[in-house]
Amino acid sequence: MNPVSLDPIVSQMTANLRDRNLRNPILIGIHTGGAWVAERLHAELALSSKLGTLDISFYRDDFSRVGLNPKVKSSDLPEGVEDRNIILVDDVLHTGRTIRAALNEIFSYGRPASVTLAVALERPGRELPIEASIVGKAIEPADKQQAQVTLKDNQLSYQLVDSSANAQST
Amino acid sequence: MARISPDQLRSLPPDSAIQFDSQGHLRHFLTISGVPREALTQILDTAESFMTFGEREIKKVPLLRGKTVVNLFFEASTRTRTTFELAAKRLSADVINMNAARMSTSKGETILDTVRTLEAMHTDLFVVRDSASGASHLIARHLPEYVRVINAGDGRHAHPTQAMLDMFTIRQKKGGFEGLKVAIIGDILHSRVARSQIHALATLGVDEIRVIGPRTLIPTEIESMGVTVTSNMSEGLRDIDVVMMLRLQRERMDGQLVPSEQEYFSQYGLTEEKLQVADTKAIVMHPGPINRGLEIASSVADGDRSVILSQVTNGIAVRMSIMATLMGGTEAVR
Repeated sequence: MNPVSLDPIVSQMTANLRDRNLRNPILIGIHTGGAWVAERLHAELALSSKLGTLDISFYRDDFSRVGLNPKVKSSDLPEGVEDRNIILVDDVLHTGRTIRAALNEIFSYGRPASVTLAVALERPGRELPIEASIVGKAIEPADKQQAQVTLKDNQLSYQLVDSSANAQST
Repeated sequence: MARISPDQLRSLPPDSAIQFDSQGHLRHFLTISGVPREALTQILDTAESFMTFGEREIKKVPLLRGKTVVNLFFEASTRTRTTFELAAKRLSADVINMNAARMSTSKGETILDTVRTLEAMHTDLFVVRDSASGASHLIARHLPEYVRVINAGDGRHAHPTQAMLDMFTIRQKKGGFEGLKVAIIGDILHSRVARSQIHALATLGVDEIRVIGPRTLIPTEIESMGVTVTSNMSEGLRDIDVVMMLRLQRERMDGQLVPSEQEYFSQYGLTEEKLQVADTKAIVMHPGPINRGLEIASSVADGDRSVILSQVTNGIAVRMSIMATLMGGTEAVR
């Protein structure tokens, strides 16, 4: 399939987030796709708080099986999370394991007032009791397909691709 | 993680090859020699991500949760053991410190007996320091495949984690290794740090490595490692970018190898005056503990060029990175 633009999906998420009326929220995007989506949301929502990013590599539950992600980036939460309303953003919600890891990491920085999960795409296949409050679009890829979010020439889009044998679960 | 190819693995000398498993993954960290540039760079990159942990409310990650790390020190060391302990604890491992010199080995138990006893308690990672060269290799050879060993200094042979934290500090302050001129100064002969530093600097591709010290403290074969040797400080320090001082052990001060403390300081002690010929942005490093007024003047050790305290801070992140690198993906082996 051809890449599909995420722009209308992000606008939809923005509208839904506005409806929630969160007091002085901070946006945190999960590397790499979630950080891209969060950046768009941050601009559309015109938040005064700084955008945060998380790399959950050190919190993954498959470290002893697959080892460390060789391209681990630093997490950056410039605002601090204590008593704040957090909007946690990821590109694709699938097994829920990434979100579990992200929640653990956020709590190592402090105790937020609330965490709202916002994802651009969700697909079936949950392995943990985790659901998103804000969903841009629900998709149903075939078993061996993976939703891949890309940022190219400032175009944020997604496409369904055949997952490689060693793809990490999202 | 970066792994080496079967061809690379076959070309390594046995004391380096033992660090890799049959798939080419780094499984022990015993010597820098033979570890390819990509693997060293990856350790530095991962350490970068651990640097921000000091500012977190909870300074731990769960990577080594449920794992047991034994710091097995047959030779006294406070600084190195403390940073290894902190690194392991920040990775959520359980840590046991064994100052073995005062324990079993003094009752006649051999190193291997001690290690096997600890292994039977399901230790996952040993951090080993010993005054004998090759101690950590000996231990690595005799443990089951899933147990990891880090060399925290063996005799005059190697101190690879110290060299890696030095490399991290150089990259942090200089932005990279290309084009750099680096001088290593002092007692090269007895220094495991210098050997590991030379291997690391050469692998990471600095422009030039100079070794400076009295002829009596420079091993004769050292030039074969690709360094230039001089006993003249102003010649060796000219246009230098990085100055790596070594600790001069006072027990060498018996007049055989070094004339006297005053004589040594006047010739090889690092002073502001001697540094005048160095690059204006040159940095000064020292693995500690410092002998002020012997190998380095206090004004230099505490001065603007000194990055000695950064080395200490970086040591924790770098050791976390090395432990995480070795321990990742271990489940399949068990």
